[in-house]
Amino acid sequence: MAVKKIRILIAKPGLDGHDRGAKFIARALRDEGYEVIYTGIRQTPEAIVQTAIQEDVDFVGLSLLSGAHNELFPRVVDLLAASGAEDIVVFGGGIIPEEDIPSLKAKGVAAIFGPGTTTKQIVEFLESARERS
Amino acid sequence: MPEEIEKQKEEWKRSTVEPLLHRHPERKKEFVTGSDKPVDRLYFPGDYSQAEYLEKLGFPGQFPYTRGVQPTMYRGRLWTMRQYAGFGTAEESNQRYRYLLEQGQTGLSVAFDLPTQIGYDSDDPRAEGEVGKVGVAIDTLNDVEILFDGIPLDKISTSMTINAPAAILLAMYIAVAEKQGVGKVHLRGTIQNDILKEYVARGTYIFPPEPSMRLITDVFAYCSREVPLWNTISISGYHIREAGSDASQEVAFTLANGIEYVRAAIQAGLDVDAFAGRLSFFFNAHNDLLEEVAKFRAARRVWARIMKERFHATDPKSMMLRFHTQTGGSTLTAQQPDNNIVRVAIQALAAVLGGTQSLHTNSREEALALPAEESVRLSLRTQQILAYESGVTSTVDPLAGSYYLEALTDRIELDVWQYIDRIEALGGMIPSILKGYVQKQIQEAAFRTQRDIEKGERVVVGINKFQMEEKKPQELLRVDPAVHQLQIEKLSQVKARRNDSRVREALEQLREGAKAKDVNLLPLILEAVREYATLGEICQLLRDEFGEHRETIVL
Repeated sequence: MAVKKIRILIAKPGLDGHDRGAKFIARALRDEGYEVIYTGIRQTPEAIVQTAIQEDVDFVGLSLLSGAHNELFPRVVDLLAASGAEDIVVFGGGIIPEEDIPSLKAKGVAAIFGPGTTTKQIVEFLESARERS
Repeated sequence: MPEEIEKQKEEWKRSTVEPLLHRHPERKKEFVTGSDKPVDRLYFPGDYSQAEYLEKLGFPGQFPYTRGVQPTMYRGRLWTMRQYAGFGTAEESNQRYRYLLEQGQTGLSVAFDLPTQIGYDSDDPRAEGEVGKVGVAIDTLNDVEILFDGIPLDKISTSMTINAPAAILLAMYIAVAEKQGVGKVHLRGTIQNDILKEYVARGTYIFPPEPSMRLITDVFAYCSREVPLWNTISISGYHIREAGSDASQEVAFTLANGIEYVRAAIQAGLDVDAFAGRLSFFFNAHNDLLEEVAKFRAARRVWARIMKERFHATDPKSMMLRFHTQTGGSTLTAQQPDNNIVRVAIQALAAVLGGTQSLHTNSREEALALPAEESVRLSLRTQQILAYESGVTSTVDPLAGSYYLEALTDRIELDVWQYIDRIEALGGMIPSILKGYVQKQIQEAAFRTQRDIEKGERVVVGINKFQMEEKKPQELLRVDPAVHQLQIEKLSQVKARRNDSRVREALEQLREGAKAKDVNLLPLILEAVREYATLGEICQLLRDEFGEHRETIVL
């Protein structure tokens, strides 16, 4: 039996238009063999969660460079849980100060990747998260 | 190349270079610029005849302006040192501006938060988490009054990074100046007002292209009559480069956008020489020093030709590409952030050697957070050291005649014309954007760059070479989340104080103007902001009339 391909939604919550990182990750993960969905900038947490459920994804990767991560990342986690989709793993990236990471993790964001992260590091995270689930 | 040199060059290669290469190969098989273009081992005098010198380079202050837009450049006046700043409330940003002016900065540059840039008031649910974060929050004229409190607007020039709602912020600036007793004719500054690059790179668009172009040409027309010293647009390659383009694409897409604005204004009935002298440009400066210098020179040469030959401008000012430069944010690393100070110095030097009119230097921790006051001061000092100690300001276009630099300048010019031709063949910039052509080009370049870094083929110090264990960075600037609540309270106080029926009336007039296609909206917007109509109210009204742009997603 073929192993189901991992499906990942790469999303940009908030108002920030810096999509270079999100688009790179989307394409790099696709090249690594994952199924990747990218929906463009300025997505509300509600829209992200709706897409995640409709597309039956395993992961949601959030990218944000404007500083609104403390509000918007946990909101996506909470809305997923409220929709009964707490099995979807949420990770994030962007300009995220080190000191914000523990509280984001406590609120259910599985990992945060800052500038300088390689595709390999993200793939390692995805694979180990898959094994755990 | 002159014949005798050509002959001796071959001899040198045979007798000297090849035996050496046999024993000691070069470090790499192929050398390339920061934009991935091949670099030869050595450059030689070109075939430049006197006539070609005059055609391609000429003299500073004269067509085609390759060597600079002013005859004496920095011997006459240094560039404007202009640090982009703003965060939190208008009160906090006003303090930062006063500090920068005390430190010897010579112009202001206002950063707005994202809700302001996208036309939402601070109490809009879409503004959640974003108020005051990447710039100052502006809801009404009241905030702009506070922002420029104690700053004489007749003495300072102000650049505002605002695009979709540019006409509204310009109107607020004019209204504040009136309250200071400063007439419109004395106002100097720039609004970015460049919507086309928002669609491909920066993302703060609101309306679709057609009404957006109308707002822009309304600003051109209004300012040519009423605010004659104002730069009505800053056609920006900066964000195109940040999104991942190479140097040639940065210039090509920027000038192609410029062509579109000029075309729109002429179609709206303006005379080219009535507005073209107030067009300004904004470029990036990355690490490849000589390629960047060549880029600025090529950009001037191409723009001068476009204006003269395609648009038949006759006023020399219409042909001059005047530009602001910011050092490259995407070249900065979160790892070993002090290294960024050195990168910024190299990039700033490129801008100055390239003849910039104003400059922003980034700060060391900008891959991590907004810069703290001390870091911004260091960036400003970098400019001051270049200006007063380096000696590069003592002559005009100091690198001209470098065989390599001239070859690079010619090559970039050639690339730029090729892209412009391709875009024209697609029907101009707007169809090229709606089809995703421009986005695709930028993304391909961005993808290659990142892949090369990950493979180690492109070295970034501290990222894929010379890494080390580091302490966590200390004392990063944080915007107080309380700003959001504070801003909402200020807004509700203003709303309670204003005359509601006059606000409604001004907004109704504006709506009528927006429906009519041949009315200039600037005077109507000015009337509305004077009555303290909010930025969100004005933008919502225009959204109702104009609709909203939807992104063409290209992956």
